[in-house]
Amino acid sequence: MELIVCNGYVYDPINGINGEKMDVAVKDGKIVEKVDEQRAKKIDASGMIVMPGGVDIHTHIAGSEVNTGRLLRPEDHRKDYEAKTATTRSGVGYSVPSTFVTGYRYARMGYTTIMNPSMPPLEAKHTHEELNDTPMVDKASYPLLGDWWFVLECLKQGDVKECARFVAWMIRTTKGYAIKIVNPGGLEAWGSGRNVDSIDDTVPRFGVTPRDIIRGLCKVNKLLNLPHTIHVHTNNLGRPGNYLTALETMKSVEDLSSGNRPAIHITHCQFCAFKGEDWRSLSSGAEEIARYVNAHSHVTMDMGQIIFTDTTTMTADGPFQYTLFELSGNKWVNHDVETETASGIVPFTYRRKSYVNAIQWSIGLELALLIEDPWKIFMTTDHPNGGPFFCYPQIVSWFVSRKARDAAIKRINKRARTRSLLPSIDRELDLFEVAILTRAGQAKCLGLSSKGHLGVGADADIAVYAVNPFETDISVHYQALRRAFENSFCTIKGGHVVARDGEILEHTEGATMWIDVNVSEPFAVTEEIKKRFREYWTVEYENYPVTDSYLKSAKPMTVKADV
Amino acid sequence: MIILRPKVEFRYPVVAECINPGIFQGKASEEIGKLKIWEGNKEKRLRDLFMIREQRENRQNSAKIVMDGNISKVKRLGAYMKNGTIEIQGDVGMHLGEEMEGGEIDVNGNVGGWAGSMMKGGTIRIKGNADGHLGGPYRGSNKGMQGGKIEVHGNVGNEAGSYMRKGMIKIYGDAGQFTGVRISNGTIYVQGNCDERVGGSMTGGKIIIDGHVRAILPTFTIESVRSKVKIEDDEVGKGPYYLFTGDLSENGRGKLYVHKEKNIHLNHYERFL
Repeated sequence: MELIVCNGYVYDPINGINGEKMDVAVKDGKIVEKVDEQRAKKIDASGMIVMPGGVDIHTHIAGSEVNTGRLLRPEDHRKDYEAKTATTRSGVGYSVPSTFVTGYRYARMGYTTIMNPSMPPLEAKHTHEELNDTPMVDKASYPLLGDWWFVLECLKQGDVKECARFVAWMIRTTKGYAIKIVNPGGLEAWGSGRNVDSIDDTVPRFGVTPRDIIRGLCKVNKLLNLPHTIHVHTNNLGRPGNYLTALETMKSVEDLSSGNRPAIHITHCQFCAFKGEDWRSLSSGAEEIARYVNAHSHVTMDMGQIIFTDTTTMTADGPFQYTLFELSGNKWVNHDVETETASGIVPFTYRRKSYVNAIQWSIGLELALLIEDPWKIFMTTDHPNGGPFFCYPQIVSWFVSRKARDAAIKRINKRARTRSLLPSIDRELDLFEVAILTRAGQAKCLGLSSKGHLGVGADADIAVYAVNPFETDISVHYQALRRAFENSFCTIKGGHVVARDGEILEHTEGATMWIDVNVSEPFAVTEEIKKRFREYWTVEYENYPVTDSYLKSAKPMTVKADV
Repeated sequence: MIILRPKVEFRYPVVAECINPGIFQGKASEEIGKLKIWEGNKEKRLRDLFMIREQRENRQNSAKIVMDGNISKVKRLGAYMKNGTIEIQGDVGMHLGEEMEGGEIDVNGNVGGWAGSMMKGGTIRIKGNADGHLGGPYRGSNKGMQGGKIEVHGNVGNEAGSYMRKGMIKIYGDAGQFTGVRISNGTIYVQGNCDERVGGSMTGGKIIIDGHVRAILPTFTIESVRSKVKIEDDEVGKGPYYLFTGDLSENGRGKLYVHKEKNIHLNHYERFL
């Protein structure tokens, strides 16, 4: 099938195209140089923005954690539901929507690739079952490996190569995409009711430190040549004064980056940029973090912006979730995933008038605006922790318009207003930068060579937004931009027009991407390992791996490792 | 005044958020007939399901709806209403007057569960019985009744007034288990008997029971014996009442008044006074 998107203003940062009026040609699901204009289906995008399909680097959309969140929150489903149509299935959910609704809502916003960031290896099958049922988008999942017993043992012995072989095996076994590390060491300690306080604290029973885990897995990542860096949720997340931990974490792998390639991705950085002694004296550490990131090239991060709304927080960081339960008094779930990781879920309402929440809101935007290089910071809400993903257009309006930010600042807590750095920041991102923050930068950081751009050979994932950037002053009429981003004029996925003006036209299954790491000497699953599975896991070794047939539409990416 | 009468006996639940005096107001009966309503999984128009009859009265009463016939399968009637009156001749289904902010609903028959769920204002009067979760929040939520008044002349089911934050519930019949569970403010009055676990996990507010209660939760402590208690501005309950406070497992300061004469079996508490 041939398709041509005509006369749009194209924003394609990877290919250096900044608002040029041009046509984008599509053939057989790929972007091509030219198509037969007589035969091709034409989409008239004159006076509109054309961007590559959106990429979301961090969004909790599937897996046992999300599903438990759904069970925990019937009241969340009551207020937001979608009836079925001729093409779509029905679904419910505001902060923890059902899989189908998740896919449809992403497609309506012009997103085509999303990454599910926390998959306990034990729950990999469940996660893939849900990803199979998430339509409209390509997706992948990061297995949680930072607290896996075997990883900790290898790192204690200092055997990085063996650890790398093991991680390669794990990524294949769970059909994962990148190494996710959550509160390294802290989750293992949480198994006995403890936590770690700094990156040099010792993990009970294993005698390694979070620094060892981060450095070790960073080296592993490099040995395996994985396309993405390690994806780190820092220690001490959500505690006042934790910006120092975040800085320490970034510094700990400074020497491990080669060239200008990043070595670490700090995720939802807003939650680890708190300055101050306690909640009363909380202030923003965004300035210090931004200063560090501006001076170094080995770090990328995403925002974890909060939205003032009722949402559901869920992370693998069990101890943090327990703290959140103590702070809020809300219902909660906390779970120790056997020898692998932990998890917790607490519903939470971010309030404008709360000092702490208002400061948090400010920190996220400060990070995005103070970090000068847009290729280093990406837009997320850590859905659903900071807010539901369909609030992204609102965040875009804050990026591009000081006026929009001022309007929001007027309504937040008074004390937070006086301490926020935001009023002193004049920077307004242009659409080229917005395209980097929302797709190009994320795709590049993830090592997705065929996503996030509109060059020849890229996947034909295209979003068209009905707003004219040369006629509308988006910094003044930010609401027009917001509306346009909420419901794309059309979303093209794999060469098919799947959504138009908020309506889903076609139900497509996205592919599940995973990394097939080729190691010269594969990890040997010995009888000893199988015995351990029998002794320590509730799942037998034979039932543990996610087989190829488990994935409805798999898209493996082969990588050659150095080990 | 608009009179609605079902055209047939409903087989499937009907979700009737549109039957609301505020929505009807200022509309001719043709327009009212075009309002959207769900029957089972089919979206229909109001005129497909109901006969609509307009009765001219004096202008003041224009925001009044009378529901005639069997509407026990009709849910969410009068949800979000802000003004006007709904009069229901028979029984009615679940979620009556959900999140209503004002106006009045009068029911001559029985109502289903979650009547007055999460209501913020207005009045609901029920002549018959009410099912469980009277004035309670939707499953999973902790935002209970935030204002307004519910009167039930019959019996009610379990968990009446759960998570109540403000307002008044008066039950002239008997109440089921867990009456006033987790309330933080507001008043619940039960004239009849009350099943067990009344006021469990309450942190504030007032529950008054004029009838018999089999037991008080062990996490309540007796404070004193009161000769009378104020129920409403112009209504006083004549005692004597045992006054319990709790629930101590939640560090609660809720007040639980239990009629002394109807509950002689509780007299062993008196030795702690």
